Amino acid sequence: MLTVLPTDTRLGELWPDIWQATGETLLMVALTMLIGGTLGLLLALGLYLTRKGGLYENVVVSVVLNVLVNFFRPIPFIIFIAAVQPAARLIVGTGIGFSAVVFSLILASMFGIARIIEQNLVTVPPGVIEAARAMGASRARIAATVVLPEALAPIILGYTFAFVAVVDMSAVAGLIAGGGLGSFAQTFGYRQYDPTVTWVCVLILVALVQVIQLLGNTLSSRIMRR
Amino acid sequence: MTHPATVAEPLVRLRNVTKTYPAARGRNEVRAVDDVDLDIAAGDIQAIVGYSGAGKSTLVRLLNGLEPATSGSIQVGGTELVGLRERQLRPIRLGIGMIFQQFNLFESRTVWGNLAYPLQIAGVAKAEQQRRISELLHFVGLPDKAHTYPRNLSGGQKQRVGIARALTTNPSLLLADEATSALDPETTHEVLRLLKRVNEEFGTTIVAITHEMEVVRELADHVAVMENGRVVESGAVYDVFSSPKQPVTRRFVGTVVDDEPDAEALAALRSRHPGRFVKVELREGGPRQTDIFAVLLERGISFELVFGGIEEIQGATFGNLTLALDGPETSVDEAVRELAALVTTKEV
Repeated sequence: MLTVLPTDTRLGELWPDIWQATGETLLMVALTMLIGGTLGLLLALGLYLTRKGGLYENVVVSVVLNVLVNFFRPIPFIIFIAAVQPAARLIVGTGIGFSAVVFSLILASMFGIARIIEQNLVTVPPGVIEAARAMGASRARIAATVVLPEALAPIILGYTFAFVAVVDMSAVAGLIAGGGLGSFAQTFGYRQYDPTVTWVCVLILVALVQVIQLLGNTLSSRIMRR
Repeated sequence: MTHPATVAEPLVRLRNVTKTYPAARGRNEVRAVDDVDLDIAAGDIQAIVGYSGAGKSTLVRLLNGLEPATSGSIQVGGTELVGLRERQLRPIRLGIGMIFQQFNLFESRTVWGNLAYPLQIAGVAKAEQQRRISELLHFVGLPDKAHTYPRNLSGGQKQRVGIARALTTNPSLLLADEATSALDPETTHEVLRLLKRVNEEFGTTIVAITHEMEVVRELADHVAVMENGRVVESGAVYDVFSSPKQPVTRRFVGTVVDDEPDAEALAALRSRHPGRFVKVELREGGPRQTDIFAVLLERGISFELVFGGIEEIQGATFGNLTLALDGPETSVDEAVRELAALVTTKEV
């Protein structure tokens, strides 16, 4: 009889570890989205406000921010995580383990998130901003009370997209012993010829992504419908 | 002994106003507004017409400092705007409302939230905000739409919200940038009537940018015509409509008022009507149609109105009538001479 999945799997005894790894992934991603998401938003505002025709148009700042983002964004995370190890040692005190992974994730995701959110902000019609200026609103007030609320629906979709990308990136954490589902699947699934374990990890990740995508879509369309 | 007439200071006073956009890659310097002088009296409705690119949109943005003027003087309510910084312009803008072709409502806020926004900037107390918003929603006829989001409103309703929002801070000046250009004729009429009421009930001075002479006729007291950044003609709407001087003004007036048939129309008319074609200009206070027709009837000339008509603007009538005159040549000659003595005529 042809068996797709071998019967000699250690899945039964590994369940507690799988749940722990799931918890690690969730924590990694949550911390990244919280800190990297905030820093990314600030960076996005910087890119958006200083661009040509922006509320705080500033060629120098705009060029510097763009070069910075374009420098970090294309680096594959598997290389990025190794490249920023010295910085991780300096800032979080260690080049390996959970903290080092979260540090790298925050740094890498923040540039990607900045670009995504910047593109969301650009969709705000210039006329609406002009209307607020005509009412005597200050530039900072316009950024906070017009630009962000008007772009909220696409921003939520942008963060949802970023969330899924961070889950993907977090799988590389095993490289520096960072834990999580990705490295668990590699260690106990792939390297020990136990595809059952691999697939269970995959399914948990898929379920996680589905839930988040559903949440993001629902929230965004609820805002857009009003 | 005569007293020197006390001329009220205009609310808006422009002198030698110029706005240039510096040359950039692939484009020469653009002089969007070129040496414009314009006075707008308090309580007036001033229309500014011109084709796209004539500079009217830039001109209206100079009036609240959304665009800084390059040179000249712009006074609104006695305050000089040229040279002010963004920070200094902000309190002035609270006294100048603005409405837009695309309405520019905040989609993320309800109608109520849209009206509250300028009041929040002005730092108006919550209770006063509520009173003001509810008063204005009644004024524009949308009291039941307070908690509706703009996307669920029709174009006309959106513009009424735009008008209400622009009026929350009791501005003395309202700038309307092609406010009806995105609306159908019926809705345009409603919005113009509302603007008229704003002017009459609140005494708000209105500066309306438009490319539609119909809007000028229905709304404005005065009109300025712009071409290539310059104001080429301006005056009371009746005067400009009844005797346009510049070619561009004639083209604009011609879109709503028939002047004389062009060559093509003339050829078609001649093929259908015999006789000599004479255009007669009737003006308020001058000879009336009956006076004209009496001259013709007296000489037994048969005549027909082949082009033109009578218009009413601001309660004053005028018209350009092209008549086909048919009869014995000597009688027609005499009649034409007599008409020319009465009114302005032109053989076409």
